[in-house]
Amino acid sequence: MTKKIKNLNLNFGPQHPAAHGVLRLILELDGEVVEKADPHIGLLHRGTEKLIENKTYMQAVPYFDRLDYVAPMNQEHAFALAIEKILDIDVPIRAQYIRVMFCEIGRILSHILNVTTQALDVGALTPSLWGFEERETLMTFYERASGSRLHANYFRAGGVHQDLPAGLENDIAKFCETFPKIINDLENLLTDNRIFKQRNVDIGVVTKDDALDYSFSGVMIRGSGIPWDLRKSQPYDCYDQLEFKIPVGKNGDCYDRYLCRIEEMKESVSIIKQCLARMEKGPIKTFDGKISPPSKAEIKQSMEALIHHFKLFTEGYRVPKDEIYTAVEAPKGEFGVYLISDGSSKPYKCKIRAPGFSHLQSMDYLIKGHMLADVPAVLGSLDIVFGEVDR
Amino acid sequence: MNNLIDLEKKINSELTTKINKTSIKHNQIYVEIDKEDLIDVVLFIKTNKDTKFRQLIDITVVDYPEETQRFKIVYLFLSHEFNHRMILSYFINENELISSLTTVFPSANWMEREVFDMYGVNFKNHPDLRRILTDYGFEGHPLRKDFPLTGHSEVRYSEEKKKVINEPVKLEQNYRNFDYESPWEGTKYIKEISETNDKKN
Repeated sequence: MTKKIKNLNLNFGPQHPAAHGVLRLILELDGEVVEKADPHIGLLHRGTEKLIENKTYMQAVPYFDRLDYVAPMNQEHAFALAIEKILDIDVPIRAQYIRVMFCEIGRILSHILNVTTQALDVGALTPSLWGFEERETLMTFYERASGSRLHANYFRAGGVHQDLPAGLENDIAKFCETFPKIINDLENLLTDNRIFKQRNVDIGVVTKDDALDYSFSGVMIRGSGIPWDLRKSQPYDCYDQLEFKIPVGKNGDCYDRYLCRIEEMKESVSIIKQCLARMEKGPIKTFDGKISPPSKAEIKQSMEALIHHFKLFTEGYRVPKDEIYTAVEAPKGEFGVYLISDGSSKPYKCKIRAPGFSHLQSMDYLIKGHMLADVPAVLGSLDIVFGEVDR
Repeated sequence: MNNLIDLEKKINSELTTKINKTSIKHNQIYVEIDKEDLIDVVLFIKTNKDTKFRQLIDITVVDYPEETQRFKIVYLFLSHEFNHRMILSYFINENELISSLTTVFPSANWMEREVFDMYGVNFKNHPDLRRILTDYGFEGHPLRKDFPLTGHSEVRYSEEKKKVINEPVKLEQNYRNFDYESPWEGTKYIKEISETNDKKN
């Protein structure tokens, strides 16, 4: 007698601790082997692009914090750069160092979260306890500069909102001295850990060609051995003046991506140190009163400054008709803004290119033939944050 | 092709009949084509050894409701080898079908689903054209310019029916879109900051 075997459909999420947010993953299982994965996204869709079309350029910045909410300033950077390129304005050097420094802080924030939660997904609890303490310190740096721990709203076209408060530079420098030890501790726990390796080595392997075809970027493409980093290949702000290395993986599996992230954190610390060493006193935003608001003292003195202030916070600055795509190397990959301006003070169209979107799309390709228990491991190494996937 | 100008020449000479217009600005190459030539052009720029645009970065649409050809379809490509970016575009009418890129780039799958979801542009030969970002059972295409910012329906849990229900949007106060645009041009120069001003405060 023959028995008919039916594949089992399993609904993973939308509320699942290993789904890293609101992901509904419909898995077709043959025994314990995954035959097909169909991610359903959009449960966190907030219509960011539509909202941005209805806001002035300055009002649109906070929406970028809410995309990849573990590294908010990296997103703002892409938007600020897009506007700056269209307006053709120069950013003062101090502002460039501040921005790059906070982008690298964002990278460390994001990588700590990813590395430790990936470890959590495969069974290690301690890394997340140690890592989150450091994230808390980093978020206080965010808070001291911008006033909020997560949704910074700090970068502006032409610079940053305000200068660093007294003492912050010293504290960041102190952090740079202590943090490498924490990375070492994390590595001691994970890198040679037998269980961690069993769960990650040779899992979710991506070949070079597939990494390109599936529009991978960031660690996902570097883990597969393609040395591609926008900070090096298409440098923006002051990255071309800084020295740093691009860690590249060999096998393209989850373990190599973990190693890349660890190495990138070390590089980020070195970049932050260089920024702090080179930073000199000076202006932190462009002087153009048509774009950056005047200081309070000036408003009290000058009629023109008062008019500028009023115009900037009602009408906003206007951006000439143009079309541009700008991308930055966010912690998760290439984060891009495709901006179309029509000469008014609101963007006509602002398409946000989120790295996580194309990474999650390849879930079916990555997981096919793997065991059910590998789903969280692969998902963890993709570094998905739903804020940016769903927009 | 290490240089954008060479690349522009190359594309123009190899694909003469298929290219409508090319231009270079912001260190990127902008190419306009006809809808019918999409697959040919994309296959060429992907495989040719002098272009090697191996990665599709994104697909999107720009809505111009006043124009006869309402939608501008935009494809962004990246060539890692030569470090170039290309922006490929063409215009279509509202109800036109366009070809899917999924056979050339597997990553086009979700990008086209998103375009379909947000703008209602239909693709032929797409393996799985479903909505992606909006809710199950959603109606309309939110990123079209004629779709209201507040939307048409809202979701809430109904205590009487003991389930989640959809209702038309009810707002205490309608969305107010103030028109701040003024014809004031302002000055062209950048005002210098004088040191003396600060001391008086």
